[in-house]
Formats: sequence, structure tokens, C-alpha cells
Amino acid sequence: MAQAISPPEALEDAPARRYSSDAAGLGRLRAGAFVAPALALIAVFLVFPALWVLYLGLTNYRLTGVAAAEPQLVGLDNFVKAVSDPAFWNSTWLTVQFVLGSAVIGQVVLGFTIAWLMRDRTGPLKRTVEGLVILAWILPSAVVSFLWVALLDRDGGTLQALLHVPGLAPLLDHPMLSIVIFNTWRGAAFSMMLYGAALGNVPPSHLESARLAGASGWQQLRDVVFPHIRGHILTNLLLISLWTFNDFTPFMLTAGGPDGQTEVLAVHVYKVALQGSELGYGAAVSTVILLINLVVAVFYLRLLRSKK
Amino acid sequence: MTRFVLGRIGFYTLIAVLLAFFTIPLLWLAAAPFTSDPTYEVRVPDFTLDNFRAILEHPYALPSLLNSLMLAVGTALLVVVFAALAAYALSRVRLPGRDALLYALLLLSSIITGTAAMVPLFQLAVELNLIDSQFGVILILTGGLLPAAIFMLKDFMDSTPKSYEESARVFGASPLQIVRHVVVPLVRPGLATIAVWAVANVWGNFLMPYLLLSDVEKQPAAVIMYTLYTEGGQANLTLLSTFGLLYSVPVVLMYLFVSKKYGFRFHGGIKR
Repeated sequence: MAQAISPPEALEDAPARRYSSDAAGLGRLRAGAFVAPALALIAVFLVFPALWVLYLGLTNYRLTGVAAAEPQLVGLDNFVKAVSDPAFWNSTWLTVQFVLGSAVIGQVVLGFTIAWLMRDRTGPLKRTVEGLVILAWILPSAVVSFLWVALLDRDGGTLQALLHVPGLAPLLDHPMLSIVIFNTWRGAAFSMMLYGAALGNVPPSHLESARLAGASGWQQLRDVVFPHIRGHILTNLLLISLWTFNDFTPFMLTAGGPDGQTEVLAVHVYKVALQGSELGYGAAVSTVILLINLVVAVFYLRLLRSKK
Repeated sequence: MTRFVLGRIGFYTLIAVLLAFFTIPLLWLAAAPFTSDPTYEVRVPDFTLDNFRAILEHPYALPSLLNSLMLAVGTALLVVVFAALAAYALSRVRLPGRDALLYALLLLSSIITGTAAMVPLFQLAVELNLIDSQFGVILILTGGLLPAAIFMLKDFMDSTPKSYEESARVFGASPLQIVRHVVVPLVRPGLATIAVWAVANVWGNFLMPYLLLSDVEKQPAAVIMYTLYTEGGQANLTLLSTFGLLYSVPVVLMYLFVSKKYGFRFHGGIKR
């Protein structure tokens, strides 16, 4: 009972109390103990590997051979090698195509279109459409990538049977387009759900007055809807760009081939580091990937802030 | 009037195209497991169950589903317990550097992914003797999911009223009792969401177990699925289609359960 009578320590900390009050009387020490296990795991398995990547990138570490036993610091050699390696630039360029094509254009446009078409609807049509889109998103990636292999196969894939084009081999002839369409299909659900929630927040009265003022569908979108959901669009773009950038699933469709035409950076790292066993060089490429991720994240967060 | 009719026609054409785009790739998974001698082409199934008999006889197929379950449940447990403790403390107590920490967590959760940290994670696993250890995979996956989980749960904790905790305190409950008997029941839907999100993430995760588990008896379904279609040149479609279906059903059931019970509304949750 003593606890109930004595005032909570938050009183000494009056400004903090406004922000959040320690209602259960946890105190800083116990709060620290609550946070500690999570932070320890994050530190060991997330922060440490990230820092280790920075160090490894400066060594000539290999999976096998002399350099495996005693890796040596080689300074910026790996970075110089990466920057002067056409394969690296090729992968970067492919990743840009993949992210722009499947995330920024594909998933955003498709997700928004579905959310917009379904905005005032209820009933079985809406449930069917949304259910199918979400199904594509929740199935395990190993399964969906094989489904697409079956769909696009050269010898009797479903697409070939539907279109009656013998010898149609999208995975061989247009590998990048194939994985872009695949990833659009795979990830549209996230954008659809996010925009669906966002569109629910657009006040119907604004749309109504725009309509009464004679605004066309496109004008309503541009002048009423987009300003309202700008924050959602940016959050969505940030998340799906980063996810797509680091996505390893293309590997399961094409294994980076044919001829490296779909060797996006995530696959490129896997190939040089673990298949080619050049861990040091792979780490240097990873560092570059981390830097690009950071730049992308900061860019979007800046845009988000500039709104406020 | 014609404009209205054209609009309707346009709308339904678009819906039909969308439905076709999303259905066609899935047809094979629905048909092939029940077709004898399936090919890549979707055919009307003859509803045989022989394929399921074949998968029962496969030495690694069913055990790999158990492995997946173990990884998913283990990771979800650790993520929920640790994230809930951390999120509660961060939500209620103003620890020094809290805001910076949360901001860093958000960046970490979206930036550091398996692919960028692939090399050091592999090395770390070698050093800590966690290669071929399912517990190791659980720890690594937990570390990867925790930042986003803490972030989502803190939002959730912030929006739950503090009055229950305050009144429990007036009646003399200790802080730990309050957490266990007042806070946990209040945030149970949030904990369930995080658990489902973690299970779905781990169930589908391919890269980490692929990197860290070389013993085929320990590999989860994602890896077995991939080996089924890459090894031996010719993919065994009988096994693949049936196994793919068995592997997919749990997540679909889980999704249906969650959307029935809680409604699959979006609150800015994060899936990787």
C-alpha cells in the first residue's frame, strides 16, 4: 500500500509526465531491464553484423585458402574493385530497373488502382478481388516463385497454352520484364491495403464539393485525394522501395540468369560472397548496398518531414 | 447516360483483367496437386490423391513442415515476449535517449536486411557455432524482426489507456503484477498481431535457413521446396505441386482466422 500513498517518481520529472506517464510505477531500472533482452538480440544479430560488414569490406577475407585463416586489411581495394567492375554497375542498373519498374511504378499504380476502384464498394466482389491480391502476398515466396516458373515455362507453361504462342519463353527472352511483373503481382497487396486505409481518411465532403464544382475524375484525384494521402504515399514508397531493393526472391525465379540479366544487387552479393567465396569483396558490395538504402531512407524521411 | 454505361463497362473490364492477372498464376497450385502426372500446364484435375501419398513417402517433406513450424513458433515467441517488454517500457518510462533509439530502430528495421548482412551473419553463425542449429536461425530471425515489432507494439501501447494501471496501483499491485495481469490482457490483440506477423515472416523466409542450415533434416519447408525444383535437373512436379499446397495451406488458414477474428485492417503495420 505504501506505493499507492507515496507519489510516483514521475512528479520529479514533470515535463516527461505530460509525454508519457509511468502508470505502473515501473521506474527506470526495471524499464531498462525490460528493454535489455530485445536490445541485446538486436545488437548482436543486427547492429554488429552491420558494423562488421563495414570492417570486412576493408579486408581480403575469403571462405577458403590462405586469406580465410589470416585475412588482411586491404584498405579501399575492394571498393575500388567494385566501382571499376562492370558486373557491379550492371547489377546496380538492373536493381534500379527492378525497383522503379516493380515497386515505384508497378505496385504503387496497381495497388492504388485497386484501392480506388474498390473504395465505395462492399460485398462479394470487393472481398474476392482483395482476397486474391492478398493471397498473392501471403503465400510463401518459394511457392509463388515456382508458380511463376510453371506459368512462364517454355515447354507447355500455362501462359503459352493460353496465348497459343509456341516457343514463348518470357524467362529467357525478357527476364527483367518477367521478374518486374512477378514482383508487381507479388507485392501489390501492401500498397492496396495502405491506400485503402488512406482513402478512407479523405473526407467525402471534399470530394463531393469538388464534384459539384465540376471537377473531372482525374482532377478530383489530383487536387483532393493526392494532397490528403501524400504522407501515406511517401511511407509506402519508402517501405516498398527498400523491400524490393533487398529482395532475394528473383533468385528463385531466374537464379540471376540468363547471362546475369536479372542479377540484381541482392543476388550479386550472394554470388560473389558465398558462391565465389570472396567474402571481403562481397562485404564491400554489401556496404554499398547499405549506403544506398540509407540514402533512400533519408531522402524519403526528409520529404515526409518537409510536409509538417 | 452513354457515359455512365461506358463507365460501367470500363470498370468491369478492368476488374475482369485484374482478377485474371491475380488468378491465373494461382490456378496451377489449385489444380496440379489433384491431377495425375501433372505438367506445367493447368488441366482440369481428375481428383486423384496419389500425389499426396507420394509426398507422405518423401523422407524430408513432412519433417520440413515441422521444422518450419518450430522455427516460426520459436521466433514468434521470442519476438512477442521481448518486443512486448521493450515496447511497454519505452511507452511508459522516459528512458534517456528513447526517441533517438526509436528512430534508429525504425531505420534499422527497414535498412538492414538479410541480404546486406548476409556475409557477417554467416560468419557470426560460424563463430558462435550456430551453423546447422535451428536455435541459431531463431535467434537471427528474432534479431531481424524485433525492431519493427517494438515499433508497432509501442504505437499500440501508447494508445491503450493508462487508467487501469493507475487504479491497479492504487489497490497496491506491484509493477510486475500490473504488467502481467493488467497490461498483457489489454494489449492481447496487439500481441496476437505481432505473433501472426512474425509467424508469416518466418514461414516464408528462405534466405536465412538456406544460408545457415545445410543438414537436410533440419531444413524448413522453404528450403526443401527450393531443392525440390532445382535438384536433379528435372523438377518433380508431382511432389512440388502437392508439397507447395501443403506448405501454403497453414498461412492461408492463419490469414483467414486473423481476418475473421480481428479484421485485416491496416494500421501501418510492416511486413518484410
